[in-house]
Amino acid sequence: MLFTENILVALAGLKANIMRSLLTMLGIIIGIASVIAIMTVGNSITLIVNTTMQDLGANNLEMGVVQRSIDEEQTDTGTSYGAGYVREMTDDDLISPEMVEAFRKEYPDDLKYIIMQEQIGTYADQGKVTEGNKNANVKIMGYNSDYFQFKDIKLIDGRKFLNRDFRDAKKVCLVTDKLVERIYDGDNDAAIGQEIEVNLNGSYYKYHIVGVYEYVQDQFSFGVSDNPVTELVIPYETARNENHKQNKGYEYFTLVTSVNTDNDTFATTVRDYFNVNFYSQNDAYEIAVISMASMMDSMNTMINMIQLALSVIAGISLVVGGIGVMNIMLVSITERTKEIGTRKALGATNGSIRLQFITESVVICLIGGIIGIVCGCGLGMLAVKLMGYDAVISVSSIVIAVGFSMAIGIFFGYYPANKAAKLNPIDALRYE
Amino acid sequence: MENSNIMLDLRDIHKSFFIGTPNEFEVLHGVNFSVNKGEFVSIVGQSGSGKSTLMNIIGALDRPTAGEYTLDGIDIEKAKDHELSILRNKKIGFVFQTYNLIARTNALKNVELPMMYAGMGRSERTERAKMLLEQVGMTDRMMHNPDELSGGQKQRVAIARAMANDPAIILADEPTGALDSATGRLIMDIFHRLHEEQGKTIVLITHSPELSLETERIITLKDGSIIGQSEGTWNKNAKEVG
Repeated sequence: MLFTENILVALAGLKANIMRSLLTMLGIIIGIASVIAIMTVGNSITLIVNTTMQDLGANNLEMGVVQRSIDEEQTDTGTSYGAGYVREMTDDDLISPEMVEAFRKEYPDDLKYIIMQEQIGTYADQGKVTEGNKNANVKIMGYNSDYFQFKDIKLIDGRKFLNRDFRDAKKVCLVTDKLVERIYDGDNDAAIGQEIEVNLNGSYYKYHIVGVYEYVQDQFSFGVSDNPVTELVIPYETARNENHKQNKGYEYFTLVTSVNTDNDTFATTVRDYFNVNFYSQNDAYEIAVISMASMMDSMNTMINMIQLALSVIAGISLVVGGIGVMNIMLVSITERTKEIGTRKALGATNGSIRLQFITESVVICLIGGIIGIVCGCGLGMLAVKLMGYDAVISVSSIVIAVGFSMAIGIFFGYYPANKAAKLNPIDALRYE
Repeated sequence: MENSNIMLDLRDIHKSFFIGTPNEFEVLHGVNFSVNKGEFVSIVGQSGSGKSTLMNIIGALDRPTAGEYTLDGIDIEKAKDHELSILRNKKIGFVFQTYNLIARTNALKNVELPMMYAGMGRSERTERAKMLLEQVGMTDRMMHNPDELSGGQKQRVAIARAMANDPAIILADEPTGALDSATGRLIMDIFHRLHEEQGKTIVLITHSPELSLETERIITLKDGSIIGQSEGTWNKNAKEVG
């Protein structure tokens, strides 16, 4: 009851000094807006990264050959490798197909697939398919047979790769419906059986189209392009041949584990298995295994840390805003000394005077906070949109912002309110 | 000796102010008087006579340095701060020379204020505030803020506000001091009406002997002591008959 009265009195006070109130709120508005904007951008990025990594396979393990780390045991016994000692990686350091076979046999339960991929050219390389005045952008990716069992590629027409395509490194390929649309006017039957020629860095690569699969837009692509870079999929062995890697070992690949496998434990098991059995004699290289889940965790931690650090900086402006509120409350109390005296004469207790001024300060901060939330959401959404993603407004950050602005109101309002409450009624009444 | 008919009773009230140690300045030197229920009393004195200090003590805004003060049977000097607040709220209705209405708050809300502090429900207090404003003839201006009211109108609102919690006494400090004589007359008439029709105990503090004559009893204060009490001229006969 007294509470709603206080809010009405506070609002009337704010209305009487609109300019002053707005300037006071500005600190709070800027503070809250920046915190919300940062949280919105951060949350959106986290979500995008997570969904992307989930798509890549959150339960996967990445393993590969890395430079031997200098561990403490070795440095203690004096057999350390000097910092900066690097020996070129040779074919002998790679993971041989025999190792892979032995490995598969060792862990039949935990290991579901070993996914290998090989891109023609480097990661950024883009190939072009030209047919008369029609063209399409592609990158040529080779995948092994495990990949096709793991990843659900939606074949629209034609056939998937056969065992002999992999075994004999056949020059066959799967193309997207997008490519068919651009080159063959969407006629799948016309496309299948055709030989397609890709120009990549001046070299020409030719494959027979055996199937057409559905194009799925990449999470990271900006907007919708009608000439996106699509994957032209060829057998892994074919890609290795093109890159002149036939009969060589593998540098890295992806393990897909079964649902019940604890990936962190299995990662250690796999690393130890390879390092003990195959790499104990290697002076410079060993096997490292990382789980995508832990990578995702550390990535999230990193994003959260950055987000937190930025929020703390933005939070400083909130504190500055809070001090502004405190300042204006002190001014307001001095101006209204006589009113305080009158209220006391009419029977207001110290508590009710204190409550009145804390309410006023909270109302200022809350209105500032709400304006700040609106501005912050707008800014954050704009920033995320400019980066080309969908914004995710975090409800929790809004709740926190409202709570925080109220807390600022109480914290910075308490001292002035208490000062008002403790005014001697006689002095206050006599104040001119 | 103790009389249940006594509304306020001051016994040997002293009040000193520290004006920096070791100096102590005594403003009231042992003031003794009492006011009966339903009495209309004036305290008259020149400026510097200590009447403001006395008013503060009567109004429970301040405590005496020494002496006993009982208001409607309640020992003031033993009351804690928040008890004094409640006491002011329920027992005393202040009317100030400068009206002291709350700015940006309409007449109705101003009158409601003491009832709000007393914890009265919204609809009940609004109804009562309207009734009180009607008694002082302010019904048609009750939605106006103080800056839209004339001096006399403000003082009428202030009187209505003083009556809000049906106080034991109305304490009026120079209520006509800022008003022209015609308006002052109007305000005094309201006091008389409250006194006669509702039997209110009223203590009027003024520097004007002329105004004090309008009350039943005049207490004259000089240099912090009561130098005389005399009867006023107001309606003495009617009172005796009553």
